[in-house]
Amino acid sequence: MTLRSPVGAARGLGSARAGTQHWWLQRVTAVALIPLSVWLGGALVAMTGADHAHFSAWVARPLNAVGLTLAIGTALYHFKIGADVVIDDYVHSEGLKIASRMANLFGAAVIAAVSAFAVLKLAL
Amino acid sequence: MVTPQRPLSPHLSVYRFQWTMALSILHRLTGLGLGAGLVLLTWWLAAAATGPDAFASVRAFTGSIPGRFVVLGFTFSLFYHLCNGIRHLAWDFGFGYSLRTAHASGWISLMAAIALTLLAWMAGYAARGAL
Repeated sequence: MTLRSPVGAARGLGSARAGTQHWWLQRVTAVALIPLSVWLGGALVAMTGADHAHFSAWVARPLNAVGLTLAIGTALYHFKIGADVVIDDYVHSEGLKIASRMANLFGAAVIAAVSAFAVLKLAL
Repeated sequence: MVTPQRPLSPHLSVYRFQWTMALSILHRLTGLGLGAGLVLLTWWLAAAATGPDAFASVRAFTGSIPGRFVVLGFTFSLFYHLCNGIRHLAWDFGFGYSLRTAHASGWISLMAAIALTLLAWMAGYAARGAL
Protein backbone atom coordinates (compact mmCIF):
# COMPACT_ATOMS: atom_id res chain seq x y z
CA MET A 1 0.00 0.00 0.00
CA THR A 2 1.19 3.47 -0.81
CA LEU A 3 0.13 6.74 0.73
CA ARG A 4 0.57 8.59 -2.55
CA SER A 5 -2.58 9.88 -4.24
CA PRO A 6 -3.21 8.93 -7.92
CA VAL A 7 -2.28 12.44 -9.09
CA GLY A 8 0.90 12.32 -6.97
CA ALA A 9 1.88 9.02 -8.56
CA ALA A 10 1.24 10.35 -12.09
CA ARG A 11 3.11 13.64 -11.63
CA GLY A 12 6.55 13.86 -13.20
CA LEU A 13 6.04 10.88 -15.51
CA GLY A 14 5.67 13.09 -18.56
CA SER A 15 3.04 13.06 -21.25
CA ALA A 16 0.57 10.19 -21.63
CA ARG A 17 1.20 10.64 -25.40
CA ALA A 18 -2.45 11.13 -26.25
CA GLY A 19 -2.89 14.64 -24.87
CA THR A 20 -5.49 16.71 -26.69
CA GLN A 21 -5.59 14.67 -29.90
CA HIS A 22 -8.89 12.96 -29.08
CA TRP A 23 -10.52 16.29 -28.17
CA TRP A 24 -9.07 17.99 -31.26
CA LEU A 25 -10.15 15.28 -33.74
CA GLN A 26 -13.67 15.51 -32.37
CA ARG A 27 -13.66 19.24 -33.24
CA VAL A 28 -12.09 18.71 -36.67
CA THR A 29 -14.69 16.09 -37.61
CA ALA A 30 -17.43 18.33 -36.16
CA VAL A 31 -16.40 21.19 -38.47
CA ALA A 32 -16.23 18.82 -41.47
CA LEU A 33 -19.67 17.48 -40.61
CA ILE A 34 -21.39 20.89 -40.76
CA PRO A 35 -21.43 21.00 -44.60
CA LEU A 36 -21.46 17.20 -44.98
CA SER A 37 -24.49 16.62 -42.76
CA VAL A 38 -26.42 19.52 -44.30
CA TRP A 39 -25.79 17.99 -47.74
CA LEU A 40 -26.61 14.45 -46.59
CA GLY A 41 -29.76 15.58 -44.76
CA GLY A 42 -31.00 17.47 -47.81
CA ALA A 43 -30.20 14.55 -50.10
CA LEU A 44 -32.03 12.04 -47.88
CA VAL A 45 -35.09 14.30 -47.75
CA ALA A 46 -35.06 14.49 -51.56
CA MET A 47 -34.81 10.66 -51.68
CA THR A 48 -37.94 10.20 -49.53
CA GLY A 49 -40.09 7.52 -51.11
CA ALA A 50 -37.66 7.00 -54.01
CA ASP A 51 -37.95 3.61 -55.72
CA HIS A 52 -35.02 1.23 -56.11
CA ALA A 53 -33.97 2.35 -59.59
CA HIS A 54 -34.13 6.05 -58.75
CA PHE A 55 -32.25 5.67 -55.46
CA SER A 56 -29.54 3.42 -56.98
CA ALA A 57 -29.01 5.79 -59.90
CA TRP A 58 -28.66 8.71 -57.47
CA VAL A 59 -26.05 6.86 -55.34
CA ALA A 60 -24.15 5.88 -58.49
CA ARG A 61 -23.46 9.48 -59.57
CA PRO A 62 -19.75 10.19 -58.80
CA LEU A 63 -20.32 13.30 -56.66
CA ASN A 64 -23.01 11.55 -54.61
CA ALA A 65 -20.93 8.38 -54.16
CA VAL A 66 -17.93 10.42 -52.97
CA GLY A 67 -20.15 12.61 -50.76
CA LEU A 68 -21.83 9.58 -49.19
CA THR A 69 -18.58 7.79 -48.33
CA LEU A 70 -17.05 11.03 -46.97
CA ALA A 71 -20.13 11.94 -44.92
CA ILE A 72 -20.68 8.42 -43.52
CA GLY A 73 -16.96 7.87 -42.82
CA THR A 74 -16.56 11.22 -41.04
CA ALA A 75 -19.81 10.75 -39.10
CA LEU A 76 -18.76 7.25 -37.98
CA TYR A 77 -15.37 8.52 -36.81
CA HIS A 78 -17.05 11.40 -34.95
CA PHE A 79 -19.55 8.94 -33.45
CA LYS A 80 -16.79 6.55 -32.40
CA ILE A 81 -14.83 9.16 -30.43
CA GLY A 82 -18.00 10.66 -28.96
CA ALA A 83 -19.32 7.28 -27.80
CA ASP A 84 -15.87 6.53 -26.28
CA VAL A 85 -16.35 9.57 -24.01
CA VAL A 86 -19.83 8.38 -23.06
CA ILE A 87 -18.43 4.92 -22.23
CA ASP A 88 -15.62 6.46 -20.14
CA ASP A 89 -18.15 8.55 -18.23
CA TYR A 90 -20.75 5.89 -17.44
CA VAL A 91 -19.03 2.49 -17.51
CA HIS A 92 -16.97 2.22 -14.33
CA SER A 93 -15.94 -1.45 -14.29
CA GLU A 94 -12.57 -1.69 -16.04
CA GLY A 95 -13.27 -4.94 -17.91
CA LEU A 96 -16.65 -3.83 -19.17
CA LYS A 97 -15.15 -0.49 -20.19
CA ILE A 98 -12.50 -2.16 -22.37
CA ALA A 99 -15.13 -4.50 -23.87
CA SER A 100 -17.49 -1.57 -24.61
CA ARG A 101 -14.69 0.47 -26.18
CA MET A 102 -13.75 -2.47 -28.41
CA ALA A 103 -17.38 -3.13 -29.37
CA ASN A 104 -17.71 0.57 -30.24
CA LEU A 105 -14.68 0.48 -32.53
CA PHE A 106 -15.62 -2.85 -34.14
CA GLY A 107 -19.22 -1.75 -34.69
CA ALA A 108 -18.15 1.52 -36.33
CA ALA A 109 -15.64 -0.33 -38.53
CA VAL A 110 -18.26 -2.85 -39.69
CA ILE A 111 -20.76 -0.10 -40.56
CA ALA A 112 -18.01 1.79 -42.42
CA ALA A 113 -17.05 -1.28 -44.46
CA VAL A 114 -20.65 -2.25 -45.28
CA SER A 115 -21.68 1.28 -46.32
CA ALA A 116 -18.51 1.80 -48.41
CA PHE A 117 -19.02 -1.57 -50.14
CA ALA A 118 -22.69 -0.79 -50.86
CA VAL A 119 -21.87 2.64 -52.34
CA LEU A 120 -19.02 1.24 -54.46
CA LYS A 121 -21.14 -1.67 -55.69
CA LEU A 122 -23.85 0.74 -56.83
CA ALA A 123 -21.36 3.24 -58.31
CA LEU A 124 -18.95 0.98 -60.19
CA MET B 1 -2.59 2.62 -4.88
CA VAL B 2 -5.02 4.84 -2.96
CA THR B 3 -8.51 4.86 -4.47
CA PRO B 4 -10.38 7.67 -2.75
CA GLN B 5 -14.15 7.26 -2.69
CA ARG B 6 -14.88 10.74 -3.98
CA PRO B 7 -17.21 11.41 -6.90
CA LEU B 8 -15.68 11.55 -10.34
CA SER B 9 -17.20 13.21 -13.42
CA PRO B 10 -20.13 13.33 -14.08
CA HIS B 11 -21.50 14.10 -10.61
CA LEU B 12 -24.67 16.05 -11.28
CA SER B 13 -26.41 15.39 -7.98
CA VAL B 14 -24.71 18.35 -6.29
CA TYR B 15 -26.33 20.87 -8.65
CA ARG B 16 -29.82 22.35 -8.70
CA PHE B 17 -31.51 21.16 -11.91
CA GLN B 18 -31.54 23.69 -14.75
CA TRP B 19 -33.09 23.10 -18.14
CA THR B 20 -29.78 23.76 -19.91
CA MET B 21 -28.67 20.48 -18.28
CA ALA B 22 -31.48 18.74 -20.17
CA LEU B 23 -30.19 20.33 -23.40
CA SER B 24 -26.70 19.08 -22.58
CA ILE B 25 -27.78 15.47 -22.03
CA LEU B 26 -29.97 15.76 -25.14
CA HIS B 27 -26.79 16.49 -27.13
CA ARG B 28 -25.37 13.14 -25.98
CA LEU B 29 -28.62 11.28 -26.55
CA THR B 30 -29.06 12.68 -30.07
CA GLY B 31 -25.40 11.82 -30.76
CA LEU B 32 -26.04 8.20 -29.79
CA GLY B 33 -29.30 8.31 -31.77
CA LEU B 34 -27.38 9.42 -34.85
CA GLY B 35 -25.22 6.32 -34.47
CA ALA B 36 -28.42 4.27 -34.81
CA GLY B 37 -29.34 6.51 -37.76
CA LEU B 38 -26.05 5.61 -39.47
CA VAL B 39 -26.94 1.93 -39.07
CA LEU B 40 -30.34 2.62 -40.66
CA LEU B 41 -28.72 4.57 -43.53
CA THR B 42 -26.23 1.73 -44.08
CA TRP B 43 -29.10 -0.78 -44.13
CA TRP B 44 -30.79 1.39 -46.79
CA LEU B 45 -27.62 1.54 -48.94
CA ALA B 46 -26.83 -2.16 -48.50
CA ALA B 47 -30.42 -3.05 -49.44
CA ALA B 48 -30.17 -0.90 -52.59
CA ALA B 49 -26.91 -2.69 -53.49
CA THR B 50 -28.55 -6.10 -52.86
CA GLY B 51 -31.58 -5.60 -55.11
CA PRO B 52 -35.18 -4.43 -55.46
CA ASP B 53 -36.64 -6.97 -52.97
CA ALA B 54 -34.29 -6.00 -50.13
CA PHE B 55 -34.89 -2.33 -50.97
CA ALA B 56 -38.64 -2.87 -50.76
CA SER B 57 -38.34 -4.31 -47.25
CA VAL B 58 -36.45 -1.18 -46.06
CA ARG B 59 -39.13 1.01 -47.66
CA ALA B 60 -41.82 -1.06 -45.95
CA PHE B 61 -40.13 -0.39 -42.60
CA THR B 62 -39.42 3.35 -43.08
CA GLY B 63 -42.93 3.84 -44.46
CA SER B 64 -44.65 2.08 -41.54
CA ILE B 65 -45.89 4.09 -38.53
CA PRO B 66 -43.12 2.89 -36.12
CA GLY B 67 -40.58 3.35 -38.93
CA ARG B 68 -41.74 6.92 -39.49
CA PHE B 69 -41.18 7.66 -35.79
CA VAL B 70 -37.66 6.23 -36.04
CA VAL B 71 -36.93 8.44 -39.09
CA LEU B 72 -38.51 11.43 -37.27
CA GLY B 73 -36.16 10.79 -34.32
CA PHE B 74 -33.25 10.57 -36.76
CA THR B 75 -34.23 13.88 -38.41
CA PHE B 76 -34.58 15.70 -35.10
CA SER B 77 -31.34 14.19 -33.77
CA LEU B 78 -29.47 15.33 -36.86
CA PHE B 79 -30.69 18.93 -36.67
CA TYR B 80 -30.43 19.24 -32.88
CA HIS B 81 -26.92 17.78 -32.78
CA LEU B 82 -25.93 20.04 -35.70
CA CYS B 83 -27.32 23.26 -34.14
CA ASN B 84 -26.13 22.47 -30.63
CA GLY B 85 -22.78 21.31 -32.03
CA ILE B 86 -22.28 24.75 -33.60
CA ARG B 87 -23.11 26.17 -30.13
CA HIS B 88 -20.39 23.94 -28.66
CA LEU B 89 -17.87 25.10 -31.28
CA ALA B 90 -18.64 28.73 -30.35
CA TRP B 91 -17.89 27.85 -26.71
CA ASP B 92 -14.59 26.28 -27.82
CA PHE B 93 -13.66 29.67 -29.30
CA GLY B 94 -14.53 31.32 -25.98
CA PHE B 95 -17.86 32.89 -27.00
CA GLY B 96 -21.23 32.73 -25.30
CA TYR B 97 -20.39 31.86 -21.71
CA SER B 98 -22.54 34.48 -19.96
CA LEU B 99 -25.65 33.01 -18.35
CA ARG B 100 -27.95 35.10 -20.55
CA THR B 101 -26.19 34.13 -23.79
CA ALA B 102 -25.94 30.45 -22.82
CA HIS B 103 -29.69 30.33 -22.13
CA ALA B 104 -30.52 32.22 -25.33
CA SER B 105 -28.29 30.03 -27.52
CA GLY B 106 -29.84 26.92 -25.93
CA TRP B 107 -33.33 28.10 -26.86
CA ILE B 108 -32.15 29.00 -30.37
CA SER B 109 -30.62 25.52 -30.98
CA LEU B 110 -33.73 23.75 -29.74
CA MET B 111 -36.17 25.93 -31.70
CA ALA B 112 -34.01 25.84 -34.84
CA ALA B 113 -33.83 22.04 -34.61
CA ILE B 114 -37.63 21.76 -34.28
CA ALA B 115 -38.18 24.20 -37.17
CA LEU B 116 -35.66 22.42 -39.44
CA THR B 117 -37.23 19.03 -38.59
CA LEU B 118 -40.68 20.33 -39.56
CA LEU B 119 -39.31 21.87 -42.78
CA ALA B 120 -37.49 18.65 -43.72
CA TRP B 121 -40.65 16.58 -43.18
CA MET B 122 -42.77 18.99 -45.20
CA ALA B 123 -40.16 18.82 -47.99
CA GLY B 124 -40.10 15.02 -47.68
CA TYR B 125 -43.88 14.69 -48.01
CA ALA B 126 -43.76 17.17 -50.91
CA ALA B 127 -41.08 14.99 -52.61
CA ARG B 128 -43.46 12.01 -52.35
CA GLY B 129 -46.23 14.14 -53.82
CA ALA B 130 -48.28 13.88 -50.62
CA LEU B 131 -48.49 17.64 -50.06
